[in-house]
Amino acid sequence: MSAIEFTDVRRVFQLPSRTAVALDGISLRIAEQEFVAIVGPSGCGKTTCLRLAAGFDFPSSGAVTVGGRPVRGPGPERAVVFQHFALFPWMTVSANIMLGLRNCKLPKQECTERVAEAIELMKLQGCESAFPHQLSGGMQQRVAIARAYVLEPEVLLMDEPFGALDAQTRVGMQEELVRLARVRPRTVLFITHAVEEAVYLADRVVVMTRNPGRIKEIISVKPIREREAWDRLERIEDVMNQPSFVQLRTEIWRLLRDEQRTSEWSRKDGNKPGKENAA
Amino acid sequence: MPSPGRRMPLSAPERLLLGALGLALFFAVWLSCSLSGLVSPTFLPNPGTVLAQLAHLLRHPYAGHTLPEHLAASLLRYGSGLLLACLVGLPLGLLMGWFRLLDNIVTPIFNGLRFIAPIAWVPFAALWFGTGLGGPVLIIFTGAFPPALIGAYRGARLIDPQLIEAARMLGTPHHRMLTEILLPDAVPSIIAGLRVAAGLGWQSLIGAELIVVSSGIGYMMVQAQAAVSTKTVMAGIIAVGIVGTVIDGILRFGERTVRRRYGVVGTSA
Repeated sequence: MSAIEFTDVRRVFQLPSRTAVALDGISLRIAEQEFVAIVGPSGCGKTTCLRLAAGFDFPSSGAVTVGGRPVRGPGPERAVVFQHFALFPWMTVSANIMLGLRNCKLPKQECTERVAEAIELMKLQGCESAFPHQLSGGMQQRVAIARAYVLEPEVLLMDEPFGALDAQTRVGMQEELVRLARVRPRTVLFITHAVEEAVYLADRVVVMTRNPGRIKEIISVKPIREREAWDRLERIEDVMNQPSFVQLRTEIWRLLRDEQRTSEWSRKDGNKPGKENAA
Repeated sequence: MPSPGRRMPLSAPERLLLGALGLALFFAVWLSCSLSGLVSPTFLPNPGTVLAQLAHLLRHPYAGHTLPEHLAASLLRYGSGLLLACLVGLPLGLLMGWFRLLDNIVTPIFNGLRFIAPIAWVPFAALWFGTGLGGPVLIIFTGAFPPALIGAYRGARLIDPQLIEAARMLGTPHHRMLTEILLPDAVPSIIAGLRVAAGLGWQSLIGAELIVVSSGIGYMMVQAQAAVSTKTVMAGIIAVGIVGTVIDGILRFGERTVRRRYGVVGTSA
């Protein structure tokens, strides 16, 4: 059974002047403990995919299931990490991380223990009683990730989580996420527009096109990562220097670039050539 | 927010010094007006006389009560009216910000009523609630209620939608969203509205007391006016100003504390 499954999903937005097709014919199965990244130009509907899985939005037709159950609304078994963190400014770091557990009505003792563990996992020791605005962007996103991890969710939904961070912090967080994926494997749906980030983190990379939002191609990274043993390299720049990495990255770049050109040509009729290779 | 090149922020002692300078200048102009004989003391008593009268009123009754007693009567009405305005305005504002339906129902009538000056309610206040506590409380309420409601409403409307999504994702039940997410998020806006409400309420009260009641600082001033005791009227004005400043100072401190806690940059004036 796949952890997340999109079956022929279509999402249409009714605008005052026209009908916009945000997603069309999206079919995607994400296996348990698989890390899937969706890349695509802005407006291709990648964030809409995540919102459907989170239960913030619903498909116009087709189905989205998580753990075999149709998504009917947001819930702690589908934890979301937002691009702009979405931490509660009046709560301390601990309180932010604890809110979800408190809502689950866990005994206080267990809440405290799990929060302490999450704080250690995300290396947030010493910040427990700080307020979000007192932390840097990178630290705030660590809190948001801790807040998601502490729920021990079935799936982790990350919406351009490092998009608001500066380049150095971003690299640190990417390495951190790889470390997390090793010690606490989870099913992850990761949205980004950074190709390198997607190739570095994901087992599979889904390339999307826009107008309408469709899946153009799905690239398997995992076999190459394992064959080339990227994991033996500690630092992100070493991985990114591997010929196999460069080749994959270039391949995805070309797909996106083609997409950009064709979508400029065919903007008018809203249709475009190009192969569709949804899994 | 200081616009670039406009001015450097001043330190606290510098600001204090400039404030004192303005006050000194004010008294100097006043003093020179009355000392030069340009204005008759009946119209404008000199500052010394007024301050002496202020000191005198602290101990000796005028129009039945000493100044502190008048102030206490005023503050009791003021507190009740402001409390009532908050008890109704804050929840209603939050609910209006949360439920679009309620917003659509209440906003037209609210907008129609809020532009009526509190003092215009005096005849009704006296008629419906008498001149004891009820009448004046209604007047204060009409002054303080709109800004209290608007503060809460704005706070609720301007909440980052992602915070609501995050709260729902974390399993916050619907019935607790209002108290656990919306209310705390709106606190900076609420306290800003409260500051305006407190100021308008205090102004409305003095206005109301000029007309309806038989005690309070406004009442004392009306009695002094009838007796052509200009110095007493002016002493009353100064007392009203001082109390108003103190009230605003307390709320400003509260506002700053909250904004700092929430990490909101700058202050709202």
